[in-house]
Amino acid sequence: MKLVPAIVKGMGRTLKHAIGTTFGDESITVSYPEQEKPRPRRFRGRHILNRYENGLEKCIGCSLCAAACPADAIWVEAAENDPQNRVSPGERYAARYEINMLRCIFCGYCEEACPTGAVQLGYDYKLIDEEGRQHNWQDRDDFIFTKEMMLVDPGKGKPDPLSEALDERLKQNPNHDRVW
Amino acid sequence: MSFIWMVVRVIVVFAVGMTFVPILIWMERKVVAGFQVRVGPNRVGPWGMAQPLADAVKLMMKEDITPAGADKYLYYLAPILSIVPASLALAVIPAGPTPWARITDLDHSLLYSLALSSVSVYAVTLAGWSSNNKYSLMGGLRSSAQMISYELGMGLSIIALLMLTQTLSLRQIVEQQHMYGWNIFRAPTVFIAFIVYMICGIAETNRAPFDLAEAESELVAGFHTEYSSFKFAIFFMSEYVNMVIVSALATTLFFGGWSGPGVSYPIDATGHLQIDPTLIPMALLGIVYFLIKVFFFLFLYMWLRATLPRLRYDQLMNFGWKTLVPVSLANIFIMGIYLAVHNGWFTS
Repeated sequence: MKLVPAIVKGMGRTLKHAIGTTFGDESITVSYPEQEKPRPRRFRGRHILNRYENGLEKCIGCSLCAAACPADAIWVEAAENDPQNRVSPGERYAARYEINMLRCIFCGYCEEACPTGAVQLGYDYKLIDEEGRQHNWQDRDDFIFTKEMMLVDPGKGKPDPLSEALDERLKQNPNHDRVW
Repeated sequence: MSFIWMVVRVIVVFAVGMTFVPILIWMERKVVAGFQVRVGPNRVGPWGMAQPLADAVKLMMKEDITPAGADKYLYYLAPILSIVPASLALAVIPAGPTPWARITDLDHSLLYSLALSSVSVYAVTLAGWSSNNKYSLMGGLRSSAQMISYELGMGLSIIALLMLTQTLSLRQIVEQQHMYGWNIFRAPTVFIAFIVYMICGIAETNRAPFDLAEAESELVAGFHTEYSSFKFAIFFMSEYVNMVIVSALATTLFFGGWSGPGVSYPIDATGHLQIDPTLIPMALLGIVYFLIKVFFFLFLYMWLRATLPRLRYDQLMNFGWKTLVPVSLANIFIMGIYLAVHNGWFTS
């Protein structure tokens, strides 16, 4: 008999939520693709290759990322820098830098291994149809991302999650970290 | 001519019954989504209203599988046995005051609809038996035990009401309520009868929290595990039509059917209603009242489904036999005393 008030209470609780969802904005649904969930600052999405402010690539072709990769997804081919026409500030640069996205498990070890902060896992999780990467997506080869696909402009990279500058920007614009 | 008129009415009422199904599928998905703090279907058509259409197309495109070792005759018979009684029971529901709002008016239409609801037990049991699947068999066995137990409580709860109404004709029951007020307010015991009826009605239609026959989490959809394509769709449709019938009966028996403010007919000298079939707007208003009440009970179904967890099997049986049956038996007794006092049998 003590079930009856419990059931009535429960029915009232669910009805309250139903009304709040139908007529209010209680719904927790994020209507992708119109809305997107804000990603956390340390989100590990598609890789990016960073540049220095002067436009030189950070990657020095050391292959430490490839050595750290547990899925063996990274292939780096280094080449000597031409002092007249430098690609990176170091001795060498990555002539080829490829990540096989079918193998990558997005663990972020490459980012941890990188001595120059060149490779980072960015905020982009839409690997298929993001602008500028029109692909066939039919062959296995189509899933090998090349250096050109991952390089970003200076200052457009993933912000350092611990940087105070970012906190400053967040203070000025609270919506800043909603869509990167 | 009257035969053609009859056929037209059968087709219209059947079509209306079948029209309820996509509306209910959409409503259930939206309502349950609301209760679960979700949005629900919103991509196909406005507010996702074309979603049932997409579902139906998908179901019909699917392969129609008959499992190896299934009892083919019974396997094909079971869905038919579930939809036919459900559709037949719609025939006696007085949706409006005028004769054209119902197919037929039997003197014992309540008994008829109860009898048809018993037939649908066979569909579930046979479906479980003929599928050659142990989960389906468990579901079928559970539902036969459950439906027989709860039918008892339902019948007994309605007896208490019948003592008040003194008739089995649904038309007369509604007309009485039109004259004397809704049955639920006519006697204190009717409320208990209504509660018992509603619980048993939910159990009869195998809906949550009494969906032991389906029990997705334990029995992998129970009796219709092996059914696919249109045969599955038929089970689905008959479940919804059965919900409509239980709701329509609850409306008719306890909540005045089509009666409501604005629908009024004169009472003649013999104490019967003078229903003028030419007053079309009034009849339509009655149908609207009826539909509002029916949809309230359908909402109640979904509300309960979204709130209450499924009962355990022994809890279900204990509740049916040790609570509902004694309560409705006691209710009959109290109703008898109430009527005796009310009619002055003790004082004369």
